[in-house]
Amino acid sequence: MNKEVDLKGKKVKLSQHVKIGQKNKMNQTYTDVSDMFAAKGAPSFLTGSEVIRDAVKVAGVDISVAYPITPQSEAAALIGELYAEGYLLDYFRGESEFAVMGQCAGAAFGGARVFTTTAGPGTLRAMENFPMWAGSRLPIQVVVTCRGINSPLSIQPDTLEMAYLLETGMLVWHAETAQDLYDFILAGFMVSEQPDVHLPLANCCDGFFVTHTKDTVNKAPEDLCLPPYDPYKSPVPCMDMECPPVRMMRDPFVMKSNYISYSTHASWQQEVKAAVERSRKHTIAILGGLIETENVDREILIVSSGTAVSQGREAIRLLEAEGIKVGLVKIKTIRPFPYQEILEATANAKHIFVPEFNMAGWMAREIKALIPNNERVYAGPHVAGGMTMPSEVIAEEIKKHIGA
Amino acid sequence: MSKDKIKICEDLADIMPPEYQDLVEDATYGDQDRGWKDVGSSKELIEQHSLCAGCPESIAFRYVLASLPAPEDTVFVGSTGCTSLVFPHVAVQNIHSLFGNQNAIASGLHRALKVRFPDKVKDVVVLAGDGATVDIGLDMTLQSWFRQEKFTTICFDNELYANTGGQESGLMQKGFVSKMAPVGKLFDKVRLAEIARESGCHYVACLTVSKPNRVEKALKNAILVAREFGPTFIQLYTPCILEIGKQSMEGLDEMKDAESIGGRFVYKEYATDDVKKFLKEKDEEAKARKKEKKSAKA
Repeated sequence: MNKEVDLKGKKVKLSQHVKIGQKNKMNQTYTDVSDMFAAKGAPSFLTGSEVIRDAVKVAGVDISVAYPITPQSEAAALIGELYAEGYLLDYFRGESEFAVMGQCAGAAFGGARVFTTTAGPGTLRAMENFPMWAGSRLPIQVVVTCRGINSPLSIQPDTLEMAYLLETGMLVWHAETAQDLYDFILAGFMVSEQPDVHLPLANCCDGFFVTHTKDTVNKAPEDLCLPPYDPYKSPVPCMDMECPPVRMMRDPFVMKSNYISYSTHASWQQEVKAAVERSRKHTIAILGGLIETENVDREILIVSSGTAVSQGREAIRLLEAEGIKVGLVKIKTIRPFPYQEILEATANAKHIFVPEFNMAGWMAREIKALIPNNERVYAGPHVAGGMTMPSEVIAEEIKKHIGA
Repeated sequence: MSKDKIKICEDLADIMPPEYQDLVEDATYGDQDRGWKDVGSSKELIEQHSLCAGCPESIAFRYVLASLPAPEDTVFVGSTGCTSLVFPHVAVQNIHSLFGNQNAIASGLHRALKVRFPDKVKDVVVLAGDGATVDIGLDMTLQSWFRQEKFTTICFDNELYANTGGQESGLMQKGFVSKMAPVGKLFDKVRLAEIARESGCHYVACLTVSKPNRVEKALKNAILVAREFGPTFIQLYTPCILEIGKQSMEGLDEMKDAESIGGRFVYKEYATDDVKKFLKEKDEEAKARKKEKKSAKA
C-alpha cells in the first residue's frame, strides 16, 4: 500500500559499525538497515502482532520487558517466545507499566538495546518514565498499540494517548500499516541510537486495526540482523562502571535556586529538543521522508497519520468516482513534526481535512498551528472509543463542507 | 572496571583536579578488604556533601561507600530525596531516575550488566529513603524480591519524608505528630525487615549507623550474598535530626537510644541456613587474608 522507497539506488549507509558482516550467536549476519530493506523477500500474510515479533527477531534486541494489556499482549508474549528460542538475552514480565518502563530504563542505562510494548492506560501509567527516558538519553523503543484511555473502560482503538506523548522529548512515529510498523521498528533503532540523537522512540500504531488484522508484509531475511548497539557511542556515560566515575557536579542542581541551575536545566531541555530535530536527516535517509504525498497539487487535501490515512485513501477513491479530486498527505513522524514538508505540501490547498481516531483532534491542532491561513483546516471527521471511520463518512464530510 | 582506566595520562596530569589525582593515587578501588577504617587515611569515594550539619545520613554514606567490596564494579541506584543530593558528589556511578522506581531500575540494570559482562561480577546497590522504599516504591521493592533479583537494597530509614519537610511516612512510628499526621500517625511502623525476609530476601539486617563495624559487616554480607543467592536488604536508621527537633550533635545519641533494649532499632539480622554457612566461609577467608597480610608485613 505504501510507496516503495528506492534505497538500493541511494546507497545510504546508516551504520559504520565494525561488526557489519560478522555473525551473532543465532547465526544472523549484522547488516546495515538499508541493505536489510533492500533484501526484503516475498510478501508474508501476518497479523500486526506477528509482524512486531518478526521485526524484533532481526533487530538485535538485547532485553525486553513485558506486561499484559490489550491490544499489545500478544506481541509482548510472542517476543517472549523469541527469548525462549535464544534471540533475546533477557526477557521477563514486569509488575506494571510504570515498573516496566523503569526496568527498561535500567537495562538501557546498563548499555542494552531495549524494546517493549504498551497501550492505552498502560501508556498513561508509564508516563512519568517517558520524559525521564528522554532526559537520560536512553534510546529505548516502545511500540504503542493505541487504544482508548477514558472511563468507562474501553479496549478499543483510539489515538488520544499519542497526544500525551508529544512533549515528552521522545521521538514519536505513527505507522499506518503492518509494513510501516515493521520498517519503523528496524529504522527506529538505527535512528534513535545515533550519537547525535540518542533518544527513546514511541513507535505508535492503531490498536486492533494494525495489531489484530492480517496484512501482507515484505520482511528482511531472518538470517540478517541489525548491527548491535554500542553503548560507548552514547552522548552520556553508560552506567556500567567501565569509565572513570568522576563526580558529576559540585553542587546538585536539583534544589538550587540560582541562574546556573536554571540555565543547566534549560539547556538540557533545549538539547533534547535539538536532538529530536537532528533525527530528521537519519529518518529521511532510511524511510525516504517524514511524510508521503499523493497529488498535493489538488485543492482539497486529506492530511493525517495512522489508519486514518488508509481510510482517507479509500475516501479519495470514492470521491474520484464522483469527479471530486482530492490529494493526500501521510505524516509518518509526529516528533519531529515535519514542518517544512507539510508547509510545502499544503501550500496550494484550499481545503485541508484532518480525519482522526480521537475526539481531541490533536493532529488538526498541530497542523493549524503550523500553516498560514489555517481556516483552510477542517478538523475532522473524528471517531473515538473504538468506532471505525468508514471512508463514506470522510467522503460525505468533505462534500458537505465544500458544498458539492 | 580495571584500575588502569582511571589512571591519568602523564601529559595531562598537571591539569587534572587534585581530587581526581587523589582518587587515582589514594582511593581503595580493587581492595576487597577495604572498610570504614580507611576513612581519613585514604581518598574517600564521597566528596563534601550538601546534607545538614551532623546528619547521620552523611556518616552512613561514608561507611557504606568505604565498605563496598568492589566499588570499581559497583553501580548505585538512588531515588528522590536527601540521598539524591549526595549522589552527584560520589565517585561511583549512580543513577537517579524517578521517585520510587529504584528497584525496577536496578532490576533492568543488573540484568543488562549480567548479559553484557557474563564473566565479571558487577554489583548493583539500591540506596533510597524510606518514602521511596516503602511508600511510593513498595510495589517495585517487593516485586524485585519476589523475582529474586540479585542485588542489595539499602533503605536509609529516617522515619519521615525529610527532603520535602518532614511529612508522615509508612516507616514513621505510631503516634508521632508530623506534617500530614496532624493528630499523630495512626498506624504502626511498617515491619519492613520482616516483610523483606518473607518476600524472599536471603539476608536482612536492621540497625542504626552508630557502630561503623556493624554497618561495614552488614553491607559486605549483603553484597556478597546478593552475588550468590539473590536479593538482600539492609535497613539503616539515619534519623533526620532537623525534623525530629534535635541538635546537630545529637544524632549519635538518638541512634544509640533507638538501638538500646526495647528500642525500634535493636540490631536484627536474618539469614537463611545456606547463607549463614556461606558467610562463615567468607569470614574465614577474610581472616586468612588478614593473617597473610600481617605476616607479609612482619
